[in-house]
Amino acid sequence: MGKTISEKIIGEHAGKEVSAGDIVVANVDVTAVQDGTGPLAVQQLNKINLVQAANPKSTVLFIDHAAPSPHKDLSNAHGLLRDFAKKTGVVLSEVGEGVCHQRLVESYVKPGDILIGADSHTCTSGALGAFSTGMGSTDVAIGIALGKTWLRVPETFKINVTGQFQKGVYAKDLILYVIGQIGADGATYKALEFTGDTIKSMTMSERFTLSNMAVEAGAKTGLIEADDVTKQYLEELGRGDEFRYIQADEDAEYEKVFDIDASKLEPVISAPHTVDNVKSLNELMGTKVDQVFIGTCTNGRLDDLEIAASVLKGKQRHPDTRLIVTPASKQVYIQAMEKGYIQTLVEAGAAVMAPGCGPCVGVHQGILGDEEVCIATQNRNFKGRMGNPNSYIYLSSPATAAAAAITGKITDPREVLV
Amino acid sequence: MKEQLNGNSWKFGDDISTDLIAPGRYFHLRTNLPELAKHVLEDADPEFPAKVKSGDFVVAGRNFGLGSSREHAPTIIKLAGVNAVLAKSFARIFYRNAINVGLPVLICDTDKIDEGDKLSIELSNGVIHNQTKGTEITFNPLPDVMIRILNDGGLASHIEKHGDFKLED
Repeated sequence: MGKTISEKIIGEHAGKEVSAGDIVVANVDVTAVQDGTGPLAVQQLNKINLVQAANPKSTVLFIDHAAPSPHKDLSNAHGLLRDFAKKTGVVLSEVGEGVCHQRLVESYVKPGDILIGADSHTCTSGALGAFSTGMGSTDVAIGIALGKTWLRVPETFKINVTGQFQKGVYAKDLILYVIGQIGADGATYKALEFTGDTIKSMTMSERFTLSNMAVEAGAKTGLIEADDVTKQYLEELGRGDEFRYIQADEDAEYEKVFDIDASKLEPVISAPHTVDNVKSLNELMGTKVDQVFIGTCTNGRLDDLEIAASVLKGKQRHPDTRLIVTPASKQVYIQAMEKGYIQTLVEAGAAVMAPGCGPCVGVHQGILGDEEVCIATQNRNFKGRMGNPNSYIYLSSPATAAAAAITGKITDPREVLV
Repeated sequence: MKEQLNGNSWKFGDDISTDLIAPGRYFHLRTNLPELAKHVLEDADPEFPAKVKSGDFVVAGRNFGLGSSREHAPTIIKLAGVNAVLAKSFARIFYRNAINVGLPVLICDTDKIDEGDKLSIELSNGVIHNQTKGTEITFNPLPDVMIRILNDGGLASHIEKHGDFKLED
């Protein structure tokens, strides 16, 4: 019987052949925490007197959720991470460097790796053909200290996508559609593998958008084979020597297969308060929008800012609508400046934030008021997510979000795309 | 881990997210867990943090704990005195985190439990006695790996005790 991508990678790291359902202890290549989960990880290691890192060069502590710090308690929490980095020699990703998931794919994770991160969207790196999954502070703390973790090898759902997107439809619309079909817990404990012609012809940035949201269907990771697109991506980052091909066997066993015709998809939106509450634009058109947020590990990359800039070029945000833009990383920020996207967005009325998670986690930089509505390119719309349980979050592609910034209400992006 | 747990039920619905359990607006309290615990589940039931009693149970529907990896969520449920969480299903990371912090999580049919019902749970036998209704509900025991970690008092204690993962004899 052939192997899925998960079975292959976990088997390599467990030192034996494995199949779905097996429970193994596996070596991990990369470990990561962020400023919301890292302080607790550090405290756990302090408590059991295990202040050490098995692989310091591939252990990264990210300050991204509350960066720069909006509160003294968080500044002190950041201090715990900085001290731990000094003591153990692990990498610290400082204020302004970007969202952990974007930084991980740019600089740390390679095809065939196992990455465990104390952040649920760690599944993003699955698009590189790496088994990457989110865990809690203690699991990752032990992974940092010992260089291993325990895993149950997941069954896999194959998401087979063929056909070309229509104008105004993007990877974000695809993944929202998929989550709407599977449901918020439909893939709990499972791995997703995205494949098919549509995926094979996608850029890495689009693939990251898909893998990023695998957890919103409950999945453990969202894998995509490492192919020539992956190779070129790593080469452009100066990491070509870290590439290797990773793919599932032809006769791998899948628990379920979903076949999707991308050419039939329309732009969609997740309505409050669950990600699987996916609706067609028609059902929501005209909903008044107080705030637009473009950024995050889901859609804060260069091509996302390019789309937003193309929609907003020469236009102004609606006077009753705020526009917040947060590049996902320093590298994205620099490239977006060089290409003029930042200038275009600022001229259109955007408030541009330093690279980081921005307002997505409800800590700062755009907390919603009572009864306010935000349309955001992020991955979650849970009640209270953006800092106020009496507000409403809609999730969309950057094009749909940018269109709403112009009109002040939910708008079909095809009406404003040139 | 105690074998028998006794307490009253607090009933919640489906899809109780970690944002409802440990809201992001209290992000700064994540290094002050007793303070954060004063807000546990308040966006799902504003009366819960003040009225929950030591030994009570959180009883929910499907997909409890979906969302963020924040281990603070099961930790503050435990700190609030909750004995165990019962749900029809759990999100993966929350389930793992709960075991790691020593909070029992039981998958069972919660439709037959109402708010305020008095429950007595035999952990190793997999039986929940609903004393208010005079009924019994069974649940599947946890996987062996998780029982080992739970019995050691959570993952950090497990590693402290054994110096490594010791998931089988």
